Amino acid sequence: MKNNNLKGWLYLLPAILFLGCFMVYPLIDVLVYSFEEGYNFASQTSFGLGLYNYAYVLHDGYFLQAVKNTFILVIITVPLSTGVALLISLGLNAIKPLRNLYQTIYFLPYVTNTLAVGLVFMILFKKTAYTDGMVNLLIHFFGGESVDFIDGPYWAKMFVMCFYTVWVVMPFKVLILTSALASVNPDYYRAARVDATPKRRIFTRITLPMISPMVFYLIITGFIGAFKAYSDEVALFGTDLNAAGMNTIVGYVYDMLYGDSGGYPSYASAAALILFVIVLTITCVNLLVSKKHVHY
Amino acid sequence: MANQVDYERIGRAARARSLAGKAVIYALLTLWALMVLFPFYWMVLSSVKSYSAYNSEYVPRFFTLSPTLQNYADAFTAVSLGRYFLNTLIFTLVTTAVMLAVVVLAAFAFARLEFKGKNIAFTLFLSLMMIPNELVVITNFVTITNLGLRNTFTGLILPSVTSVFYIYLLKENFEQIPGELYRAAKVDGTSDFKYLLRVMLPISQPTIVTITILKIIECWNAYVWPRLITDNEAYFLVSNGIQEIRENGFGRENIPAMMAAVVVISVPLIVLFLIFHKKIMAGVSRGGTKG
Repeated sequence: MKNNNLKGWLYLLPAILFLGCFMVYPLIDVLVYSFEEGYNFASQTSFGLGLYNYAYVLHDGYFLQAVKNTFILVIITVPLSTGVALLISLGLNAIKPLRNLYQTIYFLPYVTNTLAVGLVFMILFKKTAYTDGMVNLLIHFFGGESVDFIDGPYWAKMFVMCFYTVWVVMPFKVLILTSALASVNPDYYRAARVDATPKRRIFTRITLPMISPMVFYLIITGFIGAFKAYSDEVALFGTDLNAAGMNTIVGYVYDMLYGDSGGYPSYASAAALILFVIVLTITCVNLLVSKKHVHY
Repeated sequence: MANQVDYERIGRAARARSLAGKAVIYALLTLWALMVLFPFYWMVLSSVKSYSAYNSEYVPRFFTLSPTLQNYADAFTAVSLGRYFLNTLIFTLVTTAVMLAVVVLAAFAFARLEFKGKNIAFTLFLSLMMIPNELVVITNFVTITNLGLRNTFTGLILPSVTSVFYIYLLKENFEQIPGELYRAAKVDGTSDFKYLLRVMLPISQPTIVTITILKIIECWNAYVWPRLITDNEAYFLVSNGIQEIRENGFGRENIPAMMAAVVVISVPLIVLFLIFHKKIMAGVSRGGTKG
């Protein structure tokens, strides 16, 4: 038996080592960093403990901009992408021929490098001296004024950012919702047909309640994912997100850590912990709401 | 008689309505499919336009009559795309291989072995699933820097090799294998490790393949950690490479060459997807998230 104990832990050892070094220890360390005032990266010394880092971050204009951007992104993209994904999945569920083909196409963005495809989006939306770009061509066609979506006004940049984010998150949501819809027991629909239930009523009374756990799962993971937005923005606007005015909270953390504006792990830690608290709060609220509305 | 005609008309109207509904659904689905595919089309199209042709089109054209492969040659010679490619390949293969070893051993311990503290350890492991990467990346960056492992493959790979979620997924799978098999193997004097290799791994092959593919996708698209840990071009992965190309590569705005690089980077995963699309989609719907 003693032998067995040892063996069990031996099998676990690699995982424990890696998780300990790169997950548990950093978790404690990040807390320490965030309270160490005036930490110097080169000499690895600090003045003392306190809340100064949090105060600094919360008064930093770039951070506030990042928070604003992130919140706008979250509030627009999470409901929009979930709603559109639901429509698409309902559409997919209603057809038979070509369904697999559509499903495969819709999933394609999931396996592509978001940095690489982001460049394509940048080119589609960008307006340069040589060309107005593909999207502006469309706008012209419908009689509008051309806009530079990449270096232009704030709302235009925000539009591209939201559009690209929706494009990127859609495959996962469509996939989850189509399989949820497919797994609803057909007996319910047959019973509804016998009763001549109107289509809308079938949707609100059968389909929606049956897939509600998955919808809420998508909303929760959607919130978490959108709050962590970063690389999509880099793909569209380049690495200097502060200059573009398009930074996100995660982007702020990395900028504080590394690059031209970097070298401040304490500020980075404080910002990361603030993000963690925001995400945790919203996830808890989501869970509470879903308890009330989800039918299991 | 009159009734019969009525029924027929109602039936025809209903069929027409459902046909019209179907047409609308197909139209909308096709619209979204076009939106998904258009960026891919545009990237391939731009990559085969010549530099001068691309820049002389004030109104971009939707096709080209004189495709050229020159941009692909440029992409490999003007910047070290081949190097980025090789780096990513090494990073992906080693990370995935090491991760599989770590994950399989841990999942086996949790699923089959009996030892003191197993339940507590498993609970602790599960609670780690809630920790976002952003929180630990700061210290990891400092750790790797202090160890002098920046711009090395070791530094790139080490923090990326464990995944609590995959341990959990595999453990669930291992537990479905009947215990009788294990006890029979024990009677025959098979060692635990041999049993794991000869019996459990082959039976759980679908899950292992799923995990492998998901990890490969994750590695191929990794951006944040490689960016933090490499500033030497010799160690750039494709994501960093593409960012480098965007900001400093190809001189003045050589977009066709840039698109050629994007195509080259995207092709391996798309090929992988086209081969394994059923497996990948099943795997992702069982528990992948992207974020």
